[in-house]
Amino acid sequence: MELKTKINAEDGQQDLVITREFDLPLALLFKAYDEPEIVAQWMGTKVLKLESKKYGGYQFETTDPKGNIVFKANGVIHEFIQNQRITRTFEMENSPFAAQLEFLEFESVSEEKSKLTMHIIYKSAELRDQMLKLPFAQGINMAHNRLQEIVNQLK
Amino acid sequence: MEIRRDVFQAIADPTRRAILSLVAIQAMTPGVIAENFDSSRQTISKHIQILTECELLTQEQNGREIYYQTNAKKMKEVADFIEPFRKMWDDRFNTLETIMKNYQPKK
Repeated sequence: MELKTKINAEDGQQDLVITREFDLPLALLFKAYDEPEIVAQWMGTKVLKLESKKYGGYQFETTDPKGNIVFKANGVIHEFIQNQRITRTFEMENSPFAAQLEFLEFESVSEEKSKLTMHIIYKSAELRDQMLKLPFAQGINMAHNRLQEIVNQLK
Repeated sequence: MEIRRDVFQAIADPTRRAILSLVAIQAMTPGVIAENFDSSRQTISKHIQILTECELLTQEQNGREIYYQTNAKKMKEVADFIEPFRKMWDDRFNTLETIMKNYQPKK
């Protein structure tokens, strides 16, 4: 099945662009980034803090079933413009990876469709490639299965 | 899976990536490849050996000389390293979409 998410990562560059079209009106898409409870659900992580505003910041923390912390991240928010743009940093804690800069642009495609463009800039091209090769699949599947349960409960 | 990881280690090194882009243009002997670098010939040989073991380079004997060139098929596989990352975001976004389709505004 064709994935709806596209990634443009040019060889040797220190940035990449993720684009995705959603079957959601723009306001609903943006809300999924705005409200801590919703972010927690689709990101599959605990949201310790999310201040959706300029000068705000956020903190995520994911624990395994035994309560061990498996993922901890934080960042600061530079721009938070409703239904339009979020500019923020992202730093994975307890990792050798440097902070990255993220530009998120939200656009309306039609009444029922919207588009997200996420431009991520890494400290170096090497770092970008290393981040891409992190063994995401395992941890994410775990989180994803949990998410699936949440979503099923909503239905 | 083991082999795949080795390939990623192989291309994680800047010198090895430089070798790959060099011989992508045309097949070269180890001597000519080494001339493009400040490192010793032994060091470059070692890099070539690693790249060959990972099948990123292929060898071709031409008379007494061995020429190296990039293995396009293998390079394509490496380009796909982005796929798990893409899949991760796609899964997240699919979940986001499902949640928001069922979203009920707070009363």
